[in-house]
Amino acid sequence: MPTADQPDRPWLIRTYSGHSSARASNALYRDNLSKGQTGLSVAFDLPTQTGYDSDHPLARGEVGKVGVPICHIDDMTTLFDGIPLDRMNTSMTINATAAWLLALYVATAERQDVAPGQLQGTTQNDIIKEYLSRGTYIFPPEPSMRLTGDVVAYTVEEIPRWNPINICSYHLQEAGATPVQEIAFAMATAVAVLDSVRERDDVPDEAIGRVFGRISFFLNAGMRFIEETCKCRAMNAIWEELGRERYAIDEAKMLRFRYGVQVNSLGLSEAQPENNIVRIALEALGVTLSKEARTRSLQLPAWNEALGLPRPWDQQLSLRTQQILAHETDLLEHEDIFDGSHVIEALTRELGDAARQELQKVLEMGGAVAGVENAYMKEALVASHARRVRAIESGELTVVGVNRFREGVASPLTERGQESILKVDDSAEREQVERLRAFRSKRNAAEVQAALRHLAESLANGASVVPASIRAAHAGATTGEWADTLRKQFGQYRAPTGVSRVSSGTTSESVETVRKRVDDLAEKLGRRPKILVGKPGLDGHSNGAEQIAVKARDVGMEVVYDGIRLTPGEIVQSARDEGVHVIGLSILSGSHGVLVIDVLEGLRQEGLQSLPVVVGGIIPEQDASELSAAGVARIYTPKDFNLTQIMDEIVDVVARAHG
Amino acid sequence: MVRSRSPVSRLLSGLSAADRSAVSQALNLVDDQRPKERAAALELLDRLEQRDDAGGAVRVGITGAPGAGKSSLLNALVETLREQERTIGIIAVDPSSQQSGGALLGDRMRIGFSARESGVFLRSMAARDRLGGLADATYASVAILSAVFDLVFIETVGVGQSECDVARLVDSLIFVAQPGAGDTLQFMKAGILELPDIFVVNKADFGATAERARNELIAGLGMASERDGEGWQAPVILTSARDESGIKELAEAIDAHRGWLETSGELPVRRARGRLGFVRDALVRRYGEYGLDHIGGGAALEARVAEASEYSTFRLVHELGSEIEEALRRP
Ligand code: B12
Ligand SMILES: Nc1nc2c(ncn2[C@@H]2O[C@H](COP(=O)(O)OP(=O)(O)OP(=O)(O)O)[C@@H](O)[C@H]2O)c(=O)[nH]1
Ligand SMILES: [Mg+2]
Repeated sequence: MPTADQPDRPWLIRTYSGHSSARASNALYRDNLSKGQTGLSVAFDLPTQTGYDSDHPLARGEVGKVGVPICHIDDMTTLFDGIPLDRMNTSMTINATAAWLLALYVATAERQDVAPGQLQGTTQNDIIKEYLSRGTYIFPPEPSMRLTGDVVAYTVEEIPRWNPINICSYHLQEAGATPVQEIAFAMATAVAVLDSVRERDDVPDEAIGRVFGRISFFLNAGMRFIEETCKCRAMNAIWEELGRERYAIDEAKMLRFRYGVQVNSLGLSEAQPENNIVRIALEALGVTLSKEARTRSLQLPAWNEALGLPRPWDQQLSLRTQQILAHETDLLEHEDIFDGSHVIEALTRELGDAARQELQKVLEMGGAVAGVENAYMKEALVASHARRVRAIESGELTVVGVNRFREGVASPLTERGQESILKVDDSAEREQVERLRAFRSKRNAAEVQAALRHLAESLANGASVVPASIRAAHAGATTGEWADTLRKQFGQYRAPTGVSRVSSGTTSESVETVRKRVDDLAEKLGRRPKILVGKPGLDGHSNGAEQIAVKARDVGMEVVYDGIRLTPGEIVQSARDEGVHVIGLSILSGSHGVLVIDVLEGLRQEGLQSLPVVVGGIIPEQDASELSAAGVARIYTPKDFNLTQIMDEIVDVVARAHG
Repeated sequence: MVRSRSPVSRLLSGLSAADRSAVSQALNLVDDQRPKERAAALELLDRLEQRDDAGGAVRVGITGAPGAGKSSLLNALVETLREQERTIGIIAVDPSSQQSGGALLGDRMRIGFSARESGVFLRSMAARDRLGGLADATYASVAILSAVFDLVFIETVGVGQSECDVARLVDSLIFVAQPGAGDTLQFMKAGILELPDIFVVNKADFGATAERARNELIAGLGMASERDGEGWQAPVILTSARDESGIKELAEAIDAHRGWLETSGELPVRRARGRLGFVRDALVRRYGEYGLDHIGGGAALEARVAEASEYSTFRLVHELGSEIEEALRRP
């Protein structure tokens, strides 16, 4: 029983961070630890997450941008320099290349004389939500599930305190999921993982309880914090049911639903960004109030989330928010304050029942893997997000400062423009590439080749890839070499975009007006206006592109949308071959500088310089004026929430360019 | 100094040089409804069709239920055909929204970009106002791609109408079924089992259910195989776009069918039939059977089409259309 004198221990307080280089991130981590942070949460850059070395053409503009670049063992030892790994709890947001980063972590520990068995932490390692939301997948679903299992099989024996997989409903909500979808799709993912692990020869039947017990979850918590509390409680119950009924587990300790949380960012606004400080604190309540459903660890985004990357001060404010909640309030001094509340109970039951039904539906179609391949889950998310976007546009859903209560004085927080976000120095990429090349030239090439051959063999014979990967890590193989070895064996995958059957919803007068304008424009052009919605680079943020594509179709345009991760060259080629009237690029990862210019240059080379280009995403003001000067016709950022109006303006852009 | 040539001549020489910008512009032009552009398009198509001698590109339609794996299969096929250094043009057709007229030309990405270098060209098209069918411009687009590439593929979602539409503009029609979906049964019911020249049961990696679907199909075909008197036995091929099994066989079947079309003399017959079908359909859609009667009805049309072999199909539609309009205007 917690009391005022002996309150419960607070959750793990973390900040998701990493940028520029292993050295810079190491300094950041040490600084955060000295400020009272109790665990590490590593953000990797997109090339590392998608299995490319920093000098790969696809990595251009992305190195060190949204996370730390890790190409080889030296990068990893630098990242944890002076941080004793036997006493650290490290969470790594890594998925397609999880087995590799785990191998680098183990190898780094070994170099610190720490045995793998002493390590504690988490590899996210949930590939299903990558296809549905996050976008850093590489291989097709089936071999990817095998890799997931490889990590589980290895850690359950060798690193018993490791969470081999962190099943994420967090990212589903960020892609528009309702609470019911969040619960159902996450549970379907867990079932897919457990079922496939159960079938493995290298995991004995008796181990399934331990595997079940090591599976943790990563949840989201939005503004409707009472509902969110109930969502967590419903997941508690469903998880236990699954354990008992499907996997015949009855040990209470194994059945416990363990989860970490990052609170919702999708609802954090660019307009009046200081409002986000309050939103973040309220969102944190939803997953801490109920003791029975309290999160084990918490990460809070920063107030300037929709502006760009947070600076140390911004992250500090989020850290303080957690500390205030944990140490100034009486939150931790009580039993579950909702026990006996019939309101909470009823809502929990309602969410749980709806989620069980949805889970059953996915299981009946063949489970989460089938639900990825046949696009069912992705379409469901795009449709939910479309409803949300429409509700904001119509005012049905209030977002203070965005679609209501907009008048106010200017925010002093953003007075200094560019200085209110972290700017990653462009020299970070150059220096990382130099270090990588130096590393490659000094390693023993024969040893690397032998280790990669060994890796290929273990891929072919079905053994866990982790031991072979640890050997490759010590030998000096790189992230790109590791991933290429797997690409050769498994091939690459492109997931369904989920947009084709989704509608942006009922029409309104303003939609009708734009439709009429599109029809008139079609007459003038001789054929229907055709738009290419393009996602250049490694950026996986697809929400904006998807909603734009759906809306453009619904106002009467013909829309080509090929999904995420295309090169500027591929986009230019597609624009030419498809005969489009306008290109719309969506970039949120911060690499717009390089990528937009590359597209414009590619168009010039094809003689298509008159083809108008509009750009949307996280584009800081100063960059926006540079892009305009380079020839971009319009630029949109999160504050432009009215999609109908955006379409209206695109009609203007096309009419002018082809007039 | 070279004398500046007409835009159509410029496009034509671009097409001869397999210049991709020219291909794209030509496709835009034949889609354009403005009078001046339509005239230019007709000129272009006339001159293209004249150059299209007896054989020309291999034209292949791929149809089947949504999600059967048509695009994935096409992707695998393209890889195999590229290894043989043959060039490929693809038209992928998606339905238009009845409400807005817009269309999402989506999930084309299965036809990987690595393949889309100089030897492969892909254009997505909306079906426009034709429910389940093909937009007029599709026919003209096939003519353009046929002038440039060794093989031309048209992917459409099969919902009955489109099979008939596609059959009219290709030499070989492939029907893709997937295991356990009851596709074949529906197909038999719809009575269009005679149309396809090659049957594919995709997703062979599903194992037994794929085998079963194949056997069902073979049994169904046995009942409907009267037309095999012509000498072509439509094969049923098991493929998997996932593990790429059966892809080589499929490529061989396409070539074999083409070989048969040529040696049996069926190719010109089919193309003539397709041309007549297209002209008739286009006229009826615009002017109705009533309009057609004003130029003598079906039989007369058949004779007119056969006579006018020097006219492109599109010119023919245009000329006959004007004739009907004039006839309709007469008191
Ligand atoms: C949702 C979200 C996610 C989701 C994405 C889900 C998905 N499938 O899209 C998840 C959780 C997966 C995610 C992951 C990551 N994210 Co994120 N994410 C966001 C968030 C919170 C909202 C973005 C969003 O979807 N908004 C809703 C849509 C509708 O809005 P929008 O895209 O802005 O589009 C609007 C306009 O911009 C414009 N528009 C956009 N595109 C286009 C295109 C055209 C043609 C037109 C006309 C208009 C237009 O119109 C839209 C209408 O309003 C933003 C912060 C924020 N609040 O904006 C961070 C943010 C974009 N993410 C960020 C980061 C760093 C990441 C990660 C890279 C972290 C990491 N290191 O692993 C990962 C990896 C993702 C990847 N693979 O690339 C950073 C980017 C930093 C930067 N630019 O410098 C941001 C800014 C947060 C931050 N401050 O740190 N993220
Ligand atoms: N298991 C398996 N899945 C396949 C195979 N071929 C395609 N698929 C999957 O089936 C789904 C649909 O594939 P597509 O190639 O887009 O099918 P399509 O017929 O072109 O679909 P539409 O154009 O939407 O009608 C995707 O998830 C593919 O990954 C195969 O041979 N085996
Ligand atoms: Mg397709």
